[in-house]
Amino acid sequence: MDFLRPRTWAEALDLKAARPEATPIQGGTDVMVEINLDKGRPAALLDLTPIPELREWSREGDVIRLGAGVTYARLIGELGACLPGLAQASRTVGSPQIRNRGTVAGNLGAASPAGDSHPPLLACDAVVEAESVRGARLIPIGEFYTGVKRNALAPDELIRAVRVPVARGPQYFSKIGTRNAMVIAVCSFSIALHAAERRVGTGVGSAAPTPRRAVAAEEFAAARLDWQGRSPLDPGVARRFGELVAGAAAPIDDVRGRAAYRTHALAVLARRALGWAWADFRADTRADSGRDSGRDSGGGSGAGDDRGSA
Amino acid sequence: MRVNLTVNGRATAADDVWEGESLLYVLRERLGLPGAKNACEQGECGSCTVYLDGTPVCACLVAAGQAEGREVVTVEGLSRGGTPFPDAGPAHGDVSGEGLHEVQRAFLDAGAVQCGFCTPGLVVQAHALLAEADGVPPDADIREALAGNLCRCTGYEKILDAVRLAATRLRPPP
Repeated sequence: MDFLRPRTWAEALDLKAARPEATPIQGGTDVMVEINLDKGRPAALLDLTPIPELREWSREGDVIRLGAGVTYARLIGELGACLPGLAQASRTVGSPQIRNRGTVAGNLGAASPAGDSHPPLLACDAVVEAESVRGARLIPIGEFYTGVKRNALAPDELIRAVRVPVARGPQYFSKIGTRNAMVIAVCSFSIALHAAERRVGTGVGSAAPTPRRAVAAEEFAAARLDWQGRSPLDPGVARRFGELVAGAAAPIDDVRGRAAYRTHALAVLARRALGWAWADFRADTRADSGRDSGRDSGGGSGAGDDRGSA
Repeated sequence: MRVNLTVNGRATAADDVWEGESLLYVLRERLGLPGAKNACEQGECGSCTVYLDGTPVCACLVAAGQAEGREVVTVEGLSRGGTPFPDAGPAHGDVSGEGLHEVQRAFLDAGAVQCGFCTPGLVVQAHALLAEADGVPPDADIREALAGNLCRCTGYEKILDAVRLAATRLRPPP
């Protein structure tokens, strides 16, 4: 096994081109587990932690360009207000020690269907910035996940950054697990109201071979929500939305839960999340609320009340 | 490969390090610092928590090579009279408890230690919490900070007592 230590991004790309079989390592929270438990032994590790620019994020217009080395802890601390859905999901990752190391780009590289950052990235139309010595390209998040633990990266490509649009309406993430920390999602769901476009974004996690959107649910909600009058959410609409989200999933029975449970739980998560998001949208009476209501919804929104939707 | 790093304030090097090895293995087996414990090897239990460049992390999930040029502080490094490094002091651990950090002493005084296996990780993580805290943190904050550290003996009440006790001693109420 080799340990490759690039000092610059250009050097990292050169090394990945020369050694496409090398496994990139950032926080190590997935890669080291594999090695420690002898589940797999990469031919080489490509350590990306020495590269300073990967640890930076920047705002470019209405998009946050999140460097591949920005940890969950920093995302929560520095970007909670403008990326509330992703920040909520980040708060549920592992433990403080894990959040101090793990990164969104690492979640994307591993491409586990259960990764916590995938649903909010899907719900808000993130774009993955991949690069190789051949050049850079932008991969829409919906095209990024190609199979269980598989993604659209070419063997010589590395993730440089993730481009995440600043929230343009309420966003929520919730997940099912046996305790409040150190939980791999039994299933998870994220919603983003794109209020100005009167559009609903969704992301379903840990309930199909890949994270995926619930397109039929998105279209149904977009058409049935009272964007103009902001009237209370019709419980029938919320329930149907939940059913459509559950219908988009293709879960399996495994050690964390049965398929039938996942389907049921997803319908509940989605119905509640729509209720929370819609309540926030209605409460936000500012005229420009559709454009820039990127406030931090906090991490404590997981309580099981259906605020206004029951 | 050789890995150069600073541990508990002292520059050192580990030789013959396997490329897939963890920082935890380097600390325990190559540098003779057994404070950080090896339990789950997958970041689930927090027993191996150490500071890496001032941030608490699970040492089992840091590849040894990632520690090159970095600064590590282990539970041994928190105590003044303890063993900043094995060859610097008489024995592992200072039984008199003279140089213990307030967090370490509070764990003893509160009876937060039973088998002791989780204690080093809890001490480092509690140390990190209290370094940032202003006064005694609310229980919710303590629980959140320690959510990644598993204890299978005492339950957590004595551990919470220890953190509150340490917080009070570190910043006595006016």
